[in-house]
Formats: sequence, structure tokens, C-alpha cells
Amino acid sequence: MKLPKKLSGTKSFKTFMEPIWGENPISIQMLGICSALAVTVQMKTALVMGLSMTFVVSFSSMIISFMRKIIPRNIRIIVELSVIATLVILIDEFLRAFYYDISKQLSVFVGLIITNCIVLGRAEAFALSNSPRLAFIDGLGNGAGYGLVLVTVACIRELLGSGKLFGFRIVPEAFYAAGYEDAGFMLLAPAAFIIIGLLVWLQKSITGD
Amino acid sequence: MDNLINILLDSVFVGNILLAYFLGMCSFVAVSKNIETATGLGFAVIFVLTITAPVNWLIYHFLLSPGALKWAGLPEIDLSYMKFILFIAVIAAIVQALELLIDRFSAALYAGLGVFLPLIAVNCAILGTSLFMVERSYTFVESVVFGFGSGVGWMLAIVSMAAIRMKLRYANTPKGLEGYGITMIVTGLMAMAFMLFSGITM
Repeated sequence: MKLPKKLSGTKSFKTFMEPIWGENPISIQMLGICSALAVTVQMKTALVMGLSMTFVVSFSSMIISFMRKIIPRNIRIIVELSVIATLVILIDEFLRAFYYDISKQLSVFVGLIITNCIVLGRAEAFALSNSPRLAFIDGLGNGAGYGLVLVTVACIRELLGSGKLFGFRIVPEAFYAAGYEDAGFMLLAPAAFIIIGLLVWLQKSITGD
Repeated sequence: MDNLINILLDSVFVGNILLAYFLGMCSFVAVSKNIETATGLGFAVIFVLTITAPVNWLIYHFLLSPGALKWAGLPEIDLSYMKFILFIAVIAAIVQALELLIDRFSAALYAGLGVFLPLIAVNCAILGTSLFMVERSYTFVESVVFGFGSGVGWMLAIVSMAAIRMKLRYANTPKGLEGYGITMIVTGLMAMAFMLFSGITM
């Protein structure tokens, strides 16, 4: 096994890494916040949502990139939307068949991947002018960047809000016996907004923008 | 009647589509910089929601839901998985048609609303309202009220946000929190305020 000498120098690697930190869709570009907040009460739903999103954005980018030379310019949005909606239907049916509970908890938010600006944004800005391979990698990167923010927010909310991670108790019983209480506020909608705001602040302070 | 008033109150305040379900955040952050544009977009959203929710209700109940095709002699067919693709197509078509109609009949209204209409087609609040309507199995009249209420709730949120952001210009925000960061935190505080409405029923 020989790793390429300069993996970090290749274009694919850059395409993959950029959306994870420097150009993160949620925390830097402010895209796709809609669904990001609602599913982050628990790690499990956040993770499933992140994976679904990665699937949809990478494959839709790849398919659209394959068709980029035959799509007429005027109707490209409709074509893009139908590709995306088809992939979302696949994911929704898959979740309902194999993970019914999670699909119930995610409720309408899987369907809302269709109108998530990240997917359409990547199709418009990247897939239409790049090769299918690069478009796929770009999609993977954006999905991962999105999932990363979701999981971070969910980690904070589930740990502080119910003392659990993935449904397993993390905060020991002894703490509760000693008077510790879960911050129920973390499970409510306002907490999600505030955590995202603080995360953006943290990232901007680190990058020094 | 009580039921309808409850749905209206709930969709405007307690179950505010933006502050409780996070829908339509992208345009909310981008367009809430000044009050006039925020008001314009708000009215456009109310307008589009009040039309798309009932139209999608008709589509769902006469074409897609399990057993809906009985009138065509096909009672076993369940097309409900097609709702995503059909709803988004209907929304895009209605938005496009509205744009043409408004442009044709009222230049003044077009100047105010026209620029916002294309933006609305991909606003998650619109698709979200249609999906919630199916999930909560509203009746036709309820779906009209729910669509209108969600629109009013969204407009209320974006216009008050725009007003707060105007004031925020003079505030001494920490560097790095300016713009996006502080907007999210203020939205969080607003969401908290709206939660106080919970428990109000007629």
C-alpha cells in the first residue's frame, strides 16, 4: 500500500476539504439552515439527516454534471429540481422501510432537502461547470461539512438537554442525585438558534475573519 | 369555527413556521436587512402560501393519497410518495404564473412583489407548509387558514427582525459576531418571546 505523496495537494482533496471548514455551507455561507436546526435535538436524527443530505447532494451533483452539456439553459432549474426530488423520494422511502422511528422523528425535514439551498446551490455553482468526478467529491464535501455542523449542534443539545448521547445516558446518576438538572431549554427551538450563532462566532474568531 | 381560530393563532404565534420549525431561514437571514424589502417579501410569502396550500391539498386528496384515484376506477393505487416532486412542481408553476399575472395586470404590485417571487419558489417555508398540511391531515378549509396563518407568522418574524437589525447597526457588536452570528442569536431570543404565546386557546 502506497499513499500518494501529496494527497493534500490534489485538486480532489481541495474540493473535498474546502466546504468542510473554509467554505462551510452552514456556518460561512449561511445556506441550508432551515433543516439544520430542527433535527438537532438528538444525535441520531442529526446523523441520519447529515448522511441523507450527503447522499442527495453528492449524487445530484454527479448526475447533473453528467447531463450538463444536454440540459437547455432556460429549463435547467426544473431539471435540477426533478433530479433532486427523485433522490429525496428514494431516501424517504428507504428510511420509512428500514428506520421507521427515525423517519417519523425527521417528519417533513427529509422532504425539505429538496428546497435546501445547498443542493441547488452546488448544482448551479459547481456541477454545471465541472466534471462528474469533481462534482461528486464537491457534493461529498458539502454534505460532510453540513453533517459536521449538525452533529456538533446535536451533541451540545442532547448532552446538555437530556444528559444522553445517541440515547445512551452519559451524565452519571450520581450527578442527578447531587442536584444536577438537565437544561430543558436546550431541547427547545431558541437554543438551536443561539448555539449556531455562537458556533459562527467561534469559527470566525479562529479563522480571524 | 373555534378550531379554525385555533389553527390560525397556532400557526401565527406558537407554531410559527420560522421561529418554531426553522423554515424559510435562508431568505430570512438574507433579506431582513431593511424593513421595506422585508415587508415586500412578507406579503409575497402570505400571498403564495394562501394559494399553494389549498392547491396542494386538492392535488394530494384527488391524485396522490391512498385510494384517491377512486374516481378514475383505481382504488388500490397509493401515489403519496410522489408528493415531494409534485408539490415542488406545483409551487414553481404557481409562482411563475403569479409573476406573469401580476406583471400583466398591476405594474405597481409587480414593482413591489415581482423581484421576490422567483426567490419564493425555493423557500422551504412554502414546501414545508404543504408537507405539514399533509402530515397533520387538515381539511380543505383548515389548509387555507393554515397557509394564510403561516404566511402571516413568517412575515411577522421577518419584519420584526428587520426592525431589530436596523437598531443593531448602532450597537457595539463584538467582532466576528457581526452580521450572521448576532442575527441567529437575536432570532433565538425572538423565538423565546414567541414561546410565551403557548397555551393560548380559544
